[in-house]
Amino acid sequence: MFKCKAAWNKLAPLARASSTLCRQAGKRAVFRHERTPQFVQPAHMSSGPSGGGGENTLYFVLVGATCLAGGAYAYSTLVGDRERYQQRITEIESRSSKPAAEPSTPAKTQLETAAQAVSEPTEASEPASAAASPAVEPTHAPYLLIGGGTASFAAARSIRARDPGARVLIVTEEDDLPYMRPPLSKELWFSDDPTVTETLCFKQWNGKERSIYFQPPSFYVSPTELESVENGGVAVLTGRKVMHMDVRGNKVKLSDGTEISYDKCLIATGGIPRNLQVIERAGDEVMKRTTLFRKIEDFKALEKVSRELKSITIIGGGFLGSELACALGRRSADLGLEVVQMFPEKGNMGKVLPEYLSNWTTDKVKKEGVKVLTEAVVKNVTYKEGKVEIKLKDGRVVKTDHVVAAVGLEPSVELAKSAGLEIDSDFGGFRVNAELQARSNIWVAGDAACFYDIKLGRRRVEHHDHAVVSGRLAGENMTGARKPYWHQSMFWSDLGPDVGYEAIGIVDSSLPTVGVFAKATAKDTPKAATEQSGTGIRSESETEAVAGSVAVGKAAPTPPPQQKEDYGKGVIFYLRDKVVVGIVLWNVFNRMPIARKIIKDGEEHADLNEVAKLFNIHEE
Amino acid sequence: MRKLYNYCDQFCKDQIIFVTKEDHEAPSNAELVEDDPNDPYEDHGLILPNGDINWNCPCLGGMASGPCGQQFKDAFSCFHNSKEEVKGSECIDFFRGMQECMQKYPELYPQEDDNESAPSGEAEAEAEAVLPADSTKEVASGTESPATS
Repeated sequence: MFKCKAAWNKLAPLARASSTLCRQAGKRAVFRHERTPQFVQPAHMSSGPSGGGGENTLYFVLVGATCLAGGAYAYSTLVGDRERYQQRITEIESRSSKPAAEPSTPAKTQLETAAQAVSEPTEASEPASAAASPAVEPTHAPYLLIGGGTASFAAARSIRARDPGARVLIVTEEDDLPYMRPPLSKELWFSDDPTVTETLCFKQWNGKERSIYFQPPSFYVSPTELESVENGGVAVLTGRKVMHMDVRGNKVKLSDGTEISYDKCLIATGGIPRNLQVIERAGDEVMKRTTLFRKIEDFKALEKVSRELKSITIIGGGFLGSELACALGRRSADLGLEVVQMFPEKGNMGKVLPEYLSNWTTDKVKKEGVKVLTEAVVKNVTYKEGKVEIKLKDGRVVKTDHVVAAVGLEPSVELAKSAGLEIDSDFGGFRVNAELQARSNIWVAGDAACFYDIKLGRRRVEHHDHAVVSGRLAGENMTGARKPYWHQSMFWSDLGPDVGYEAIGIVDSSLPTVGVFAKATAKDTPKAATEQSGTGIRSESETEAVAGSVAVGKAAPTPPPQQKEDYGKGVIFYLRDKVVVGIVLWNVFNRMPIARKIIKDGEEHADLNEVAKLFNIHEE
Repeated sequence: MRKLYNYCDQFCKDQIIFVTKEDHEAPSNAELVEDDPNDPYEDHGLILPNGDINWNCPCLGGMASGPCGQQFKDAFSCFHNSKEEVKGSECIDFFRGMQECMQKYPELYPQEDDNESAPSGEAEAEAEAVLPADSTKEVASGTESPATS
């Protein structure tokens, strides 16, 4: 017994050490939480091993199994890595030994020169002429931009302008090169070109045609050449998602396992469209017939649907929903398409425009051929007899062929966890300071950035111009500018021939507003406004307005006389504590600099009519 | 000038005012804060307060950042700093280098005018002719320089 005890005492530390090792290695293979106390117990047991003989055997078997499992896992990982490494080396070698002989390369080079997005993985699209130098995917990028949208492209441009010879690598989940989003819900729908879904070209407000892609493929450098090309450049790695960010080690890991280290990093991951819970719960048949609109592929799919189906319902009354409704509404007559739009608010843009203007806008949307259902809350959605049936809480039922959900954007903040970055609880998105910096060497721009605006406070903005402005600012700060968010971004929306507006600052309908409108004269026609806003010219519809319903506080005065007011053009000021924080220029164009100045000043103005004079709303 | 719903001053969240042209004829008495020309935060058009060229000006579009960005910067800097009588006359080599580079990328730099011989004004002319307007309303986002076509 004494011998056993001595032997056991000698074995115990060994057992403990080996068990710790095995536990660490076999964590992924086997995880038995309840066994942990057992490991420690035998070492302290002084009553002898014979008492707990059976338990000890089990213990040893378990430890042995864990070690085996851990060992097997480690071995398979090593083998896999080696295999992958070998594969890559052989691929590189075969590529360099066959310069132009490969039949697939000429075809791929042709694709590259066409004005289409490069959709193949970047190794394949490398031009054959660069065969002399070994082509390796970048493992380090001085400037790494995560996300390939508007903010990222603006930052890339800014970095290249300020840092000569900069090497910028954009990593994007999408298969497309950076493109602009607004035409997907506006200009592309107004195009007369039947091949618009292929060309993705539209006519600008000045009449010139351009593609939605910021630059053609020839602008970019191939990622494999990025580290060696003489004057640097911008390279785009498509079809890869950044899964993990190691802030201490300054590197990221992609979805295909590649690791890329960086000196400065921008997170411009944007967001994904929100969906309604009732649709998610409704099952596959409904989900198949639902579009969450954001990307080029969504545009192509919806365009096809609009030609093939008979009824489309848009849920959502904000910018995207209203723009799509108008775009589809215009086509509805030609295509024999029913377009329905439904939302919980009282009118289109109900969260943005004051009620009287929201009502006026809703009328205009209806004139575009859209069936607008206001104060509509969706109760449930089912697929019945070949139709998608939407039941509203108030009992109304809509039967349609296809649903478009435009109910907001969820900012993509998955990287926050691995990177240890803060997420804002009020606005969502990564929390960054006034210079758009999250931490040293990490900046965030675009839809995903919740930043501090010195003038207007902490906010998160989901507009195109903000992506451009913040992307540009992030790029400047990544090259040492140290500037805060100062240049206020603007946004705009066109809802057909009569309604075009530009806006700046905080434009929230819950704020008190003061609207100054030009009294319509015979000379005021929508024609000039449509030319400015770039939409097609339609017949001059009568601009009948609805007498704005007024939110009365305490007293109940006699209702205002019913008047047909024409909100043809004017300026609307949004106030917070008597200071103008937002301005909407309603059918009044080229006045944005004045609006920007007023917001920048942040002054209290006693008479806003005097401020409105600065805009010369009566002139063109 | 007519104020719609006079009782709105106290009770209504949204005030509406209709004005005729005559109402707005008298100059405004609204006070605006004077701008500081040396404000470090402000975006400064094409030329910075210290005389340097702002390569990040939206008015330049992608000229300074594209594949021929370095050549463009060299040529334009030379032109900008030129004190010759015919401005930029000593910069011919830079402009030639830039044009050679641009010819390699016809998609990015469409050759609209092939007879650009005089360097004076060429840089601006080329910047304007070749510039692809990036976002439909980028020029409206506060560039001080004249909007390019």
